Amino acid sequence: MHPVRKKRLLVITVIVLILSVVVGLVMYALQQNINLFFSPSQIASGEAPRHANIRAGGMVVQGSVKRNLDTLAVAFDVTDFQHKVTIEYRGILPDLFREGQGIVAQGKLNENGVFEATEVLAKHDEKYMPPEISEALKNAQNSMGESKEPAQSTY
Amino acid sequence: MFPEIGQFSLILSLFFALSLASVPLVGYWKGNRLLLESARPLTFIMSVLILVSFITLSLAFLTDDFSVLYVSQNSNSQLPVWYKFSALWGGHEGSLLLWVLVLSGWCSAVALKIRGLPEDIGPVVLSVLGMVCVGFLSFLLFTSSPFARLLPDVPADGGDLNPLLQDFGLIVHPPVLYMGYVGFSVAFAFAVAALITGNLNASWARWARPWTAASWAFLTLGITLGSWWAYYELGWGGWWFWDPVENASFMPWLAGTALLHSLAVTEKRGVFKSWTVLLAIFTFSLSLLGAFLVRSGVLTSVHSFAADPTRGMFILVLLLVLVGGSLLLYAIRASEVRSKVSFGATGREAWLLLNNIVLTVLTLTVLLGTLYPLIFDALGLGKISVGAPYFNSVFTPIALLLMVFMAVGPLSKWHHTPINVLFKVCSVAAAVAVLSAGWVVYYYEFGFIAWLSLAVAFWVVVLSFSDWFSKVSAGTKGIIPRARQLPRNYYGMLLAHLGMVVSLVGIVLVSVNSQESMLRLSPGDRATVAGYEFQFDSIEQVKGPNYVASKGQFTAYQADKTVAVLHPEKRFFTTRQQVMTEAALDAGFTRDLYVSLGEQLDDSAWGVRIYVKSFVRWIWLGGLLMMAGGLLAALDKRYQRRAGV
Repeated sequence: MHPVRKKRLLVITVIVLILSVVVGLVMYALQQNINLFFSPSQIASGEAPRHANIRAGGMVVQGSVKRNLDTLAVAFDVTDFQHKVTIEYRGILPDLFREGQGIVAQGKLNENGVFEATEVLAKHDEKYMPPEISEALKNAQNSMGESKEPAQSTY
Repeated sequence: MFPEIGQFSLILSLFFALSLASVPLVGYWKGNRLLLESARPLTFIMSVLILVSFITLSLAFLTDDFSVLYVSQNSNSQLPVWYKFSALWGGHEGSLLLWVLVLSGWCSAVALKIRGLPEDIGPVVLSVLGMVCVGFLSFLLFTSSPFARLLPDVPADGGDLNPLLQDFGLIVHPPVLYMGYVGFSVAFAFAVAALITGNLNASWARWARPWTAASWAFLTLGITLGSWWAYYELGWGGWWFWDPVENASFMPWLAGTALLHSLAVTEKRGVFKSWTVLLAIFTFSLSLLGAFLVRSGVLTSVHSFAADPTRGMFILVLLLVLVGGSLLLYAIRASEVRSKVSFGATGREAWLLLNNIVLTVLTLTVLLGTLYPLIFDALGLGKISVGAPYFNSVFTPIALLLMVFMAVGPLSKWHHTPINVLFKVCSVAAAVAVLSAGWVVYYYEFGFIAWLSLAVAFWVVVLSFSDWFSKVSAGTKGIIPRARQLPRNYYGMLLAHLGMVVSLVGIVLVSVNSQESMLRLSPGDRATVAGYEFQFDSIEQVKGPNYVASKGQFTAYQADKTVAVLHPEKRFFTTRQQVMTEAALDAGFTRDLYVSLGEQLDDSAWGVRIYVKSFVRWIWLGGLLMMAGGLLAALDKRYQRRAGV
């Protein structure tokens, strides 16, 4: 073989080898680590898988936050104004966590339909609404039908 | 009055940018000397106008002119004066003005330095930069002017700056980061100018190199500062989150690192030419993509500005025009700049090619992880997020592989290296690295990944020093004169590579040797974390300039001796009604003590985070070393001489 071609072949082989290892690694890691988002309505209708890593979120229901007296365990409800889901968490909640605020939690749904969170995220700017939540709220509102519409147009 | 002057000079600067983007190019095609020479004065006038506009906006902030909408949204009369100034870039509009200011600064710097270039290339470079300016100036003017007024209903006071941004970090992080981001537009301009003029030779690479090295150094520092800021400010002690916007700054860094290395090959050996050009375009595109991700709100991120679809659209169009245009130009012209020299499979070229392949692959894996949620959503498959474990598990092995090559590249010779010589040096180094890492891991009972990473770290250190030693001990002149003779470029590389090692050691130790605990504590309680005993002494209410705070006092003991007294705070900002955690740190060379207050749980008990972080400072120390290396390389005498003539 011509030496230049031989060299090119070598370069291409190396590239292909590295790429295939990387592609395998990426596919595997992606499969393990993507977390789908489910709204409270989706969870209530049974769309969300149990015991798998997912994200859930909504607005924290007023007066729903309950703390354990001896540990850092805390439970609260989030809602999309149609359905509620209870989230349990053990740890320190973020600064912007407040009743009435939008939050996203990461964790697993257990057999009682309670969401066991490993992480609770609230955004760092209170004007900012996580896109997942604003969409979930919009969907919930749309599915409530026309009854909501007149109320909105009166302002 | 002043805000109108700012707005007006911004509009004027757009006109000058438009002329800069067109007139010198016309001059180039017509061969008209006068039109070509207009590039420098046009650049200077445009930059001065942008500076004027920036100054008027800062005056509006410093004088509490709340008739300006942007000021009223991001400042407050109670805000300390240095935050009033930095609040200028605390929101979308002002940070974009800062971006444009930095861009014009780079343009002026190029205009000052281009005298050393052949007469027709400099103006074309400036002209391409002018096009980039046109893009960002029109973005600023048409979608996000910071000078919009609230007349006649002027609010009595402003809505205050986000408390998270009321920090030293905001003063330094964005300007430095933008210096890096925007600096790559210079490399981009050089690449496009090379395509336009068809003039791409070793001296082209020599002009482009110091600019690339300088922007790379700034970007390195910017990312390092951002990581350090997040660590102490967000209140939970993480230093890197694989957040989309962090990735947005990291991708240009990875691509820029590749560019830095391929430029070296293009300069020294005249190969990889078209690849280098492509990489310059690619790096700049990633900077633009970063801007798009931050400012369009398409991804969930801690950095997101309030989302606005028209802004997102505008940047997307800008991205398509600039990148599409330059890639089209590349497709038409690249065949003319192709290299005609070949290189050996064992030469330094081959190692640097490997470096480029691996860095490109790393960039692509980060890009994929960052954009995957968008792709997934666009395909209607649902809302997802890609977790940090994806990035950690993909990035770590490839990055370690890169560092293995990183040590061998400098040892090898251009074109061809005798394989047995290389093998001899490397096998000794490998033995030293594997054994010493093994000893550390055995002694401290770390795991496999820690062993592998430490082995790689020792490997790079051993090989780097043996390379330096073989360079200074050759010849008869004695070690010190020889060491002083080696070029700055070489020391820059050495420093940057060792910086990588220092960061790697920090990353490994902070992840395997730290202890983190979240506790429920009342004043008087004690807790033991990683051999330190922490006592929660007291908590009191204090008043700051624009907040009230609960200030705790913790004393850390080791073997009954006081090590540190820590004062974490929970601040409540009155204007925004927002709560902020201010962590308390006792920084050290080998460990940080980190205490932050969570929420108050009942009358006396608080949720408290207590961390002992091993070697966490090393992560940023490595970043600083890399930055210093980049600057040293940018200041190499060879470039100075060329540019000066």
